[in-house]
Amino acid sequence: MKGIIELQIWQMIAAYVFVVVLLLVVRLKGIRREKEIFIATIRMTLQLILTGYVLVFLFENPSPVLTILFLLVMEVFAVFNIFKRVKLELSTKLKQIIALSMVIGTISCLLYFLLVVVRISPWYDPQYFIPIAGMLIGNSMTGISLGVTRLVDGMQTQKDLVEGALMLGATPKMASKRIVDNAFDSAILPSINSMVGMGIVFLPGMMTGQILSGVSPVTAIEYQIAIMLGIVGSVALTVIIFVHLGYKTFFNEQCQLITDQD
Amino acid sequence: MFLLKKVKYKHILDIQHLSIRENKITCIVGESGSGKTILLRLLNKLISCDSGEIYYKEQELSSIYSIDLRRKIVMLPQQAAIFPGNIRDNLLIGLKFAEQPIVHDSELQHTLKMVHLKNKLDDPSETLSGGEKQRLALGRIILMKPEVFLLDEPSSALDDETERIIIEQLVAYTKENQKSLIMVTHSRNIAQTYADDIIEIHNGTIAHFQEVSDERYH
Ligand SMILES: Nc1ncnc2c1ncn2[C@@H]1O[C@H](COP(=O)(O)OP(=O)(O)O)[C@@H](O)[C@H]1O
Ligand SMILES: [Mg+2]
Repeated sequence: MKGIIELQIWQMIAAYVFVVVLLLVVRLKGIRREKEIFIATIRMTLQLILTGYVLVFLFENPSPVLTILFLLVMEVFAVFNIFKRVKLELSTKLKQIIALSMVIGTISCLLYFLLVVVRISPWYDPQYFIPIAGMLIGNSMTGISLGVTRLVDGMQTQKDLVEGALMLGATPKMASKRIVDNAFDSAILPSINSMVGMGIVFLPGMMTGQILSGVSPVTAIEYQIAIMLGIVGSVALTVIIFVHLGYKTFFNEQCQLITDQD
Repeated sequence: MFLLKKVKYKHILDIQHLSIRENKITCIVGESGSGKTILLRLLNKLISCDSGEIYYKEQELSSIYSIDLRRKIVMLPQQAAIFPGNIRDNLLIGLKFAEQPIVHDSELQHTLKMVHLKNKLDDPSETLSGGEKQRLALGRIILMKPEVFLLDEPSSALDDETERIIIEQLVAYTKENQKSLIMVTHSRNIAQTYADDIIEIHNGTIAHFQEVSDERYH
């Protein structure tokens, strides 16, 4: 197998032609998006360069402390990203539960994946630990964002049905069951759909990357299958923890719906 | 049965003293916005008062587990809650929520007759009119056989004739089965005809308490 072609600086610059074309089209059409495109391109470039150097540093100085630190930084960014993505007001309690679900859900799946499935050694080997953590955290973040949106939105729009159930003696769990199930469903659906389309509709990024770098497609596919299963597990676990703790924040200890004014 | 002492809820309700009798029909009247719905919600413990005490059979509401209380003291909201599913599902859901055994179709049909609905059990429930939904929700709580019915304007979406029939059935059922009925109504006529006691609320306070039954029989 041959390795990958290293891109020279001028080759990199040549790739920016795509953005220049995009900018031209946008300008000709009079769509006022130049600034956003410009900023997005710059941000992507700078963020990736920075991450690249951090990764190089981590790979050259493998240490459990640095790996864990990097993992925590990823978790924190992911959690704040979720708060930003969900366009609804979130209570402090709910935010704490989001953070807790992300940490427990992703880290337990990550450890299982690295130590039982791939069996890396040492356990903190950054070359495996960090990219796989990134994929699990990134996908769980997307899933839980959808779940949070559905749960909060459902609790607001179906308030009358939830209260209607409470009036009949339902427990908070029964009263919110439909909304909780719906939130879970919509959170894991994208992961399930991407499993269905995988290999036919699109070639996943990780597999493409491995093939480009000269890994045999068979190995790349083995990894892709394993990571896809890991992603589904991590999304499901994260969202399950979230919805099962999250719905409770809408009720007080007297099993009453907490209204916004209070 | 119910006893309220110095009950305050936000700036909406301020009740110094109110007692509601067991096995009686109590009607609550008053203009819109006076706090009738809030009073029912307090009795169902959907909300708690900010100060004061509410007793049900000598026990303070705050010391009774909310879920147990609501299974004995069931409330019918003014806007009926209709859950996804057909009429059977909607009738049975009260029993399911209250973790009571499911009943046979024949009993469901009997209940439909009682609330004057001619639909089949398999009919969809979303297409019912407002009045029909209200009667379906009423049937649902009758099936639950609670100790106390809390009804918030149960006949507001009904025509006069249906209203009279339904209320008459309900009053008869309450008396026969030793239940208590507490009902908010906009109709003074209904209150005067069927109530044992009438509570009139004005601006969140008890404006008038009338024991009709005693007058009626003396
Ligand atoms: N959750 C609430 N928070 C604050 N005010 C409320 C709330 N619910 C109702 N109110 C107000 O309380 C008053 C009494 O309401 P309500 O009991 O529904 O009156 P009604 O006698 O028509 O049933 C009204 O002025 C209403 O606007
Ligand atoms: Mg009302």
